[in-house]
Amino acid sequence: MIPAAFDYVRAGSAEEAISLIGEHGDEAKFLAGGHSLLPLMKLRLAQPTVLVDIGRVTDLSYIRDAGDHIAIGALTRHMDVETSDLVRAEVPLLAHAAGHVGDPQVRHRGTMGGTIAHADSASDLPATTLALGATYVAQGPNGTREIAAADFYQGFLTSVLEPDEMLTEVRVPKMNGAGWSFQKFNRRAQDWAIVGVAAWRRNGDSGVALVNMGDTPILATSVSSALAGGASIEDAAEQAVAEASPQADLNASVEYRSHLAKVLVKRALTEAS
Amino acid sequence: MEISVTVNGVTHTGDVEPRTLLVQYIREHIGLTGTNIGCDTSSCGACSVHLNGEAVKSCTVLAVQADGQEITTIEGLAAEDGTLHPMQQAFQDNHGLQCGYCTPGMVMAATSLLKENPHPTEEEVRIGLEGNLCRCTGYHNIVQSVLAAAGQ
Repeated sequence: MIPAAFDYVRAGSAEEAISLIGEHGDEAKFLAGGHSLLPLMKLRLAQPTVLVDIGRVTDLSYIRDAGDHIAIGALTRHMDVETSDLVRAEVPLLAHAAGHVGDPQVRHRGTMGGTIAHADSASDLPATTLALGATYVAQGPNGTREIAAADFYQGFLTSVLEPDEMLTEVRVPKMNGAGWSFQKFNRRAQDWAIVGVAAWRRNGDSGVALVNMGDTPILATSVSSALAGGASIEDAAEQAVAEASPQADLNASVEYRSHLAKVLVKRALTEAS
Repeated sequence: MEISVTVNGVTHTGDVEPRTLLVQYIREHIGLTGTNIGCDTSSCGACSVHLNGEAVKSCTVLAVQADGQEITTIEGLAAEDGTLHPMQQAFQDNHGLQCGYCTPGMVMAATSLLKENPHPTEEEVRIGLEGNLCRCTGYHNIVQSVLAAAGQ
């Protein structure tokens, strides 16, 4: 399938990208790895009139030790996050989750900034970075701002990013040896999660987020509160859907999703403990 | 938009609409039809080629994104004198194909896999080829072919 026609410009830097997107207005979109946007465009579910290609802004492809967190540039490909010794050592949940995005060909192209900005509740890394308490750095014509993951996701494929803002960096706190688990329930290789859970735990502290349990990635704060209050894993897992609003689709009914969420949270917490 | 793409070592320059998919460019503009279109929705991997040495799904890349870059297609693997690439030979020796439709994509994905992991376990081969679907073989001989190529 062929996308609707569009104009194409290429940016060499974040500043140039922001300037170009501002010039071209609301119907312009950034193109990074293209593995969320191009499939939508090929089905004509998205029809931007201008694509600003930021795929060559290689200055934004990096993984750095920034003391208490790991800083990942927005143009860093999933394969690089998956195979990074630094991420595997300091944020192993993220390296593992990155290795579950799509398949190797997809991971050679898809980027951290792209998947976060696309804000799909069924994607793996928005929920994983949400569970880890990440901060997203956005740059626009008026400067830079830091957005907590918990404040970022607004609705279906919608985030707080303005149309002329670009994600430049994702900051993920180091896990400092916390236990973790990533549960991705699907029926076919390389498939989206029907339901997924990203979880970490160190004694009373934990972060649990759900994939595909609402129109945004869901932070399961009730599960974490229960654990902090001394609840057993079984009892905490019963709280899995407290913040969620699961949708029915071809893969699962609302009841099945809710059931899966509780089972997967229980498995995740068991593995993480 | 005018783009310049090196395909199997030969640089091609031409004008393309920005919405031209890389797989279209390879098949229709360059005329290399070894790369197949299967699902056209980024799942099956029949369209896999190497972009700067890494396997990608060419149905999910725009030709303009490949401007100035290097592409290797299935046609670019064999030597000048026609000697098969070790991966191609391994697929032949181990009956790694039946209808052959997924095969170019499988071979391109497998060669990329071995570049990143030269001695994979069977499980690593199966996971490493998750981006490629085959309806004929049940994957068994494909996996054997890749393991054979890795053993060399």
